[in-house]
Amino acid sequence: MADLNFRVAIPSPLRSYCDGATAVTITCTAKSPTLGDLLDELDAAHPGIRFRMVDEQGKLRPHIQVFVNATVQRDPNATLPPAADVMIVAALSGG
Amino acid sequence: MARTAANRPAGKRVESPKRSRLLIATRKGLWTLATDGTRRVWKLAGPQFLGHIVHHALLDPRDGKTLLAAARTGHLGPTVFRSTDHGKTWKEAATPPSFEAGSGRVVDHTFWLAPGHASQPNVWFAGTSPHGLFRSNDRGINWKGVAGFNAHPQRKAWCGGDQDGTPDGPKLHSILIDPRDALHMYIGMSSGGVFESTDGGADWHPLNAGVRADFQPNPDLEYGHDPHCVRFAGGNPDRLYQQNHCGLFRLDRPATRWQDIGLGMPKSVGYVGFPMVPHPHDADTMWIFPMDGSDVWPRISPGGKPAAYRSRDGGKTWKRQADGMPKSQAWWTVKRQAMTVDRFPVAGVYFGTTSGEVWGSRDEGRTWKCLAAHLPHIYAVEAV
Repeated sequence: MADLNFRVAIPSPLRSYCDGATAVTITCTAKSPTLGDLLDELDAAHPGIRFRMVDEQGKLRPHIQVFVNATVQRDPNATLPPAADVMIVAALSGG
Repeated sequence: MARTAANRPAGKRVESPKRSRLLIATRKGLWTLATDGTRRVWKLAGPQFLGHIVHHALLDPRDGKTLLAAARTGHLGPTVFRSTDHGKTWKEAATPPSFEAGSGRVVDHTFWLAPGHASQPNVWFAGTSPHGLFRSNDRGINWKGVAGFNAHPQRKAWCGGDQDGTPDGPKLHSILIDPRDALHMYIGMSSGGVFESTDGGADWHPLNAGVRADFQPNPDLEYGHDPHCVRFAGGNPDRLYQQNHCGLFRLDRPATRWQDIGLGMPKSVGYVGFPMVPHPHDADTMWIFPMDGSDVWPRISPGGKPAAYRSRDGGKTWKRQADGMPKSQAWWTVKRQAMTVDRFPVAGVYFGTTSGEVWGSRDEGRTWKCLAAHLPHIYAVEAV
């Protein structure tokens, strides 16, 4: 079960959804959870956070980046390695 | 002495509000300017939503306390915030405007917010970029696409693709609800044109006859026009005014052909601009803020000499109003949602520039004063 717990690092633009937390632990209920499953669980725990980083067609928004164990992963169907470290990043952009 | 228009409805006394407030939506947050009934001294407060791109913020005139703000950030997707205590606290919509999953379409930002009909106090509408019409039946908490427009088989023909349109993205704006009939609506789209629905948005038809589209090979089109701002005349929902990419137009229903009202504008200034602001109580009076539309369309005050222009005869003639504004080297841009009026008997007129200044007149444009400066790029100004 511990393998289905994921530490998710939250970037500053999204911390208002997590009471200011820099990271949260999300437990997935799916057997082989995907990145999409994790983001759904994240949204269930912190309502509204998913739509700010994933559009209505299920794609990560252009300036949001997700790293899984330090590797970029933008595919919501990608299976997460057990107990993977997930980092959501507001990509370098702005002005 | 401030003048009032001669042709306002006789016997209709308009009370002066005891206070007034401007909601100033900017590329970096939301500010407010507040004043008392004299409108002489204004106090700036804010920012709220610091760093958020706030496209529009509006008070619900039906309850006088609910505010909605359309916002996104550079990184985060579009949403709507809602306050039920005059803006002291805000809560995000549970379901912000978004297209149907599987449609392939993505809302970039919510551009325009409009309260529904007075008989439907829970209803709000929103227009998005790219073109989308959304409705909330619970005062802005949950939003759903208006299928009669978003899924209309002609929508793409009317509006073009989601990448077509104005530099900030194609947009649906100017959502007008007939105060006499909740089912009767108009929308404006850049580009696309003006469209009318008589069944609450279930179906739509174009309403653009008489409007120029000189950027098209066939200038006499049924749709594909570029209205920048469409408003009801003050106190007369049978009259619409339009500031268009190609001029100024008026429509008196039930006629379906717009009349050109830009011919009285000086040729050196032209008739291009973004906002169209009717007087709140006088159907023949309105203000525009011309932008240079020559050559490569600079979209700044012609000659660096900013001015509002006012008509008091339904657009037959126009008068320059610039007393108090800089006389030269002021290259302002005023966006379509960044000019407004209050509801005082002698109307106050206000506008915000993309260079972060808010200007106001408490005498219907006769004299102007800078009310705030050094703000971020201003997207919208609403008087509440």
